[in-house]
Amino acid sequence: MVSYVIRRLLQAALVMLVVAFVSFSLFRFAGDPVNNMVGQEATQEDRRELRERLGLNDPFPVQFGRFVVDALQGEFGISYRLQRPVEDLIAERMPATLELVLVSAVLALITGIPLGVYCGIHRDSWVSRALLTVSLIGVSLPTFVIGILLIYLFSVQMLVLPSFGRGEVVQIGWWSTGFLTFSGWQALILPSITLSLFQLTLIMRLVRSEMLEVMRTDYIKFARARGLSNRAINFGHALKNTLVPVITIVGLNIGSLIAFSIITETVFNWPGMGLLFIKAVQFADVPIMAAYLTMVAFVFVSINLLVDLLYYAIDPRLKVDRGTAAGRLS
Amino acid sequence: MAMANPLLQVRNLVVEFPTRRGTLTAVDDISFDIAEGEVLGVVGESGAGKSMTGAAVIGLLEPPGRIASGEVLLEGRRIDNLPYEKMRRIRGKEIGAIFQDPLTSLNPLYSIGRQLTETIMTHTDMTPTQARARAVELLAEVGIPAPERRVDQYPHQFSGGMRQRVVIALALCVNPRLIIADEPTTALDVSIQAQIIALLKRLCREHGTAVMLVTHDMGVIAETADRVAVMYAGRIAEIGPVREVIKNAKHPYTHGLMGSIPAIGHDADRLEQIPGSMPRLTDIPPGCAFNPRCLHAFDRCRRDRPELIAVDDGQVSCWLYDTAAGRTTAEAKAIVASRSGTAMERADG
Repeated sequence: MVSYVIRRLLQAALVMLVVAFVSFSLFRFAGDPVNNMVGQEATQEDRRELRERLGLNDPFPVQFGRFVVDALQGEFGISYRLQRPVEDLIAERMPATLELVLVSAVLALITGIPLGVYCGIHRDSWVSRALLTVSLIGVSLPTFVIGILLIYLFSVQMLVLPSFGRGEVVQIGWWSTGFLTFSGWQALILPSITLSLFQLTLIMRLVRSEMLEVMRTDYIKFARARGLSNRAINFGHALKNTLVPVITIVGLNIGSLIAFSIITETVFNWPGMGLLFIKAVQFADVPIMAAYLTMVAFVFVSINLLVDLLYYAIDPRLKVDRGTAAGRLS
Repeated sequence: MAMANPLLQVRNLVVEFPTRRGTLTAVDDISFDIAEGEVLGVVGESGAGKSMTGAAVIGLLEPPGRIASGEVLLEGRRIDNLPYEKMRRIRGKEIGAIFQDPLTSLNPLYSIGRQLTETIMTHTDMTPTQARARAVELLAEVGIPAPERRVDQYPHQFSGGMRQRVVIALALCVNPRLIIADEPTTALDVSIQAQIIALLKRLCREHGTAVMLVTHDMGVIAETADRVAVMYAGRIAEIGPVREVIKNAKHPYTHGLMGSIPAIGHDADRLEQIPGSMPRLTDIPPGCAFNPRCLHAFDRCRRDRPELIAVDDGQVSCWLYDTAAGRTTAEAKAIVASRSGTAMERADG
């Protein structure tokens, strides 16, 4: 177990290094930042001086080495556009994105799983057929369309919810939260629904198909023969057996929620990291882009690690010590 | 055959499967009893309806299968038409079940102890501590070494035979009156099979539990059952005391079945076999379902369906034993015992 975790951590470190390398080298071709930083009237001399100051004249390995060493200390350089440390910019924007993602993920899980269980058990009822049909919309409609539709309905037509921004936020240390104000919650509703809809339908459909699979197994039949209650069978025996694939997908999806909240943040002008990234791309603000990509990779790698550890918590077969297994199959 | 106080009575049970191409009758109008503490073997080929009968009794037919008509009575109470929740309380508590494959009967994610205590606490008022003590006791009873340690282990940590012992413990944990054992040894090694059958037999004798033992293994039946029902194409061909059926088969199908079992010590060059195969549910012939394969079939067999006729200590559904034809039982048995296809003509003439 411990050796497994250590092995996984080493793998994770390697993955991070590769990602850092790829993102760093890619961004060298994302355009010349100096062009954007200096004005039209800047002389050749000004430009050369700036390049020297930013270290852009050093050889590639030196620049990359500097990037990695700084990143390990949590430093990603100075934003070319905003002229402030990147880590500060990200720290400022992170609470907005994380709160949005948290609410979306919770929303997707607490509605997606019960709906999936319901559809898996009552596969032929008209309710589950209807849910399944509607869920197709969730899976296939692009996020920005959903967002714009919601804005049109609730902000333009009904005038009940704000169409952009976070509302009032309260500062707790460096963390700014929208959870403590009414307008903060109001502002969260539309973006979190927009962001969670795809995940919700995906989770629902996944849980449903896994449930259908599990309900056919012998141990469910035997559980019925033992006279267990439906609740114990459906939620105790069946649902737990669907969890391994569900956790895999959900884990990866929470990663992509964080990484790809960009679109939702753009639609709702949500002051999160996604918006920061989009603006950085437009400006070829390499330090921000590199930091963002590295951070997204870090999120994915840690979620993957967490998911692998959760498997152990769920499935005792993975902890098999070969001695007592006595060479059995499965 | 009237029984003094049958534990289970099955009366004219019909199990149907609606399919796109019409309704299939998997179990066709069968009746039998099981007495307190009795072991009834149910044999037949795959698809003869023996497992369906077991599933119908315990109320666990896989949809769209359903009981189309007939009754199932447990100690005189009808149980086939109970609402789901009431039937659930009977399952496990009064009728236990053991299925074919012990490797897949246990939930891989829960410890053995958890699965036992959960069943015990569903049907009794025991506290978790009491239920756990009972679980350990049960594991010891079914012959699992070091039960205090094993109780917290997971199914994958047990061998196939051990898992079937656990399954038996689960089926017996609240002392049901009847156990439906559907091919309990089929998935196991031959050497383990005998142990499991012996265990099941011992436990049921000790607890006075009746068993409906569904299998296609005549050897298991011969060793274990008090009575045996032979099923063919959804109907009971013959039912009677086990020695009677094995040594002195009355139905031509049973006779053929017994002839097809290799016997150690007899140097037969070839095993006898019944020509043809069991009809599919979609094309069961009119009259007796066995008539196309029967060496002794005559006109009536192709026209009318035989009901169970009481012969000696058992019942057989074969027109040869129809008393109206004026043939004695001995004559009918002689016809069945003869291998010649022309036996019928001789008997008729």
